[in-house]
Amino acid sequence: MSKGKRVGVLALQGDFREHKQMLEKVGAEAVEVRLPAHLEGVGGLIVPGGESTTIGKLAREYGLDEAVAERYQRGELAIWGTCAGAIWIAREILDYQQPHLGIMDIAVRRNAFGRQVDSFEADLEITGLDFPFHAIFIRAPEIVRVGEGVEVRSSYKGRIVFAAAAGLWATSFHPELTGDTRLHSEFVGELAK
Amino acid sequence: MEKGTLRVKTGFAEMFKGGVIMDVTDAEQAKIAEEAGAVAVMALERVPADIRAQGGVARMSDPKKIKEIMAAVSIPVMAKARIGHFAEAMILEALGVDFIDESEVLTPADEEHHIDKWAFKVPFVNGARDLGEALRRIAEGAAMIRTKGEAGTGNVVEAVRHARAVMKAIRRIQSLRDDELMAEAKNLQAPFELVRYVHEHGRLPVVNFAAGGVATPADAALMMHLGLDGVFVGSGIFKSGDPARRAKAIVRAVTHYNDPEILAEVSEDLGEPMVGINIDVLPEEERMAKRGW
Repeated sequence: MSKGKRVGVLALQGDFREHKQMLEKVGAEAVEVRLPAHLEGVGGLIVPGGESTTIGKLAREYGLDEAVAERYQRGELAIWGTCAGAIWIAREILDYQQPHLGIMDIAVRRNAFGRQVDSFEADLEITGLDFPFHAIFIRAPEIVRVGEGVEVRSSYKGRIVFAAAAGLWATSFHPELTGDTRLHSEFVGELAK
Repeated sequence: MEKGTLRVKTGFAEMFKGGVIMDVTDAEQAKIAEEAGAVAVMALERVPADIRAQGGVARMSDPKKIKEIMAAVSIPVMAKARIGHFAEAMILEALGVDFIDESEVLTPADEEHHIDKWAFKVPFVNGARDLGEALRRIAEGAAMIRTKGEAGTGNVVEAVRHARAVMKAIRRIQSLRDDELMAEAKNLQAPFELVRYVHEHGRLPVVNFAAGGVATPADAALMMHLGLDGVFVGSGIFKSGDPARRAKAIVRAVTHYNDPEILAEVSEDLGEPMVGINIDVLPEEERMAKRGW
């Protein structure tokens, strides 16, 4: 189902190598995206974990953020942001001013679960998955509000950690750091359906 | 829910990849670093170049300074403890710093033992000159490795030496037969299980950064090409003529290290680099890389 599909991974900074490995495991062709030209022929884009302020600043250069937004608005690109990536695509970031794409109607709070000493692992129930997903949260953001048409696919202790809308996913945790490929497989499978 | 697990520690280090971690001594410098796109800042009392110039015992920073830096920026804050000084590390963990660098840049507190890093929830980064040293630190619980380089010199030659030594040893281990791994573990003075991991995966089990002597965007790009995951910059930024501009240029150089045109663009007109020291004229006892084992 996902054979041969080209999926980009925003490779400005962060754990893009882990996402590439997961994409390759599910049979997709993974492409590193650093400049607008690298989006050529790419149907999906994963924005990795990393430092959201760094990714936001680097994406402003060379028109990369505009190119991503334009491709998304034309319906040519599905986007999945994990952790820092979720912050980057969120419309609203509480408490901080930082460059971001802002195309998904959610609000996020950075480092909502605390600093690194509070980073944790936990099992999550996710809508659409038949058994729990072991999730890794690292200085994770919380999704504090979702707009109309945005589905909450998972919460942890009443706090939203996975939101999904048409062509957009935001997860607070890092599926790429586990061996569990279910979400990568689903993301790739949904492309150009 | 589990906190402070190995996966949470090493996973956090993965988030720094392709990024630049900058030494800062106060809140104002930390803000400049964040604004330039640093993925984290390293809070310390004096940058290595000043430790070198002023001499004396170099210790963990004043907790007040660290707290000010933590309050000033939203990015992760690291801080340094002396080699073997687990009480300093306990204090840093209590302050809530995000990462501890058990660093040879400070005056070692223990000439024989490093900190038992498994005993902490906060992750640690350690310096290494070769693969055996890197694997010993990982066995003690380090979640991230960096080259030692020669801090405070503005001279990248030692970092290159250490990076090449580690990478060459990794390639060598990959080429060995399974029945040759134990002898290799013995030679490296490293745990067998970690040697076997390197044999199977062709890399360290943790993130590996460059540190010690990086002063220009080209230095940073060189280290990325040698296979490192990111860069620490110490004295190189705030001992240069235009720190904000240089910091931003080094951040862009690490992301676009494989694009010579962008490297040329970011290297232009950065003002005075830090002066630098030739390492071959540096007396043996002043070499920080020799600290620890």
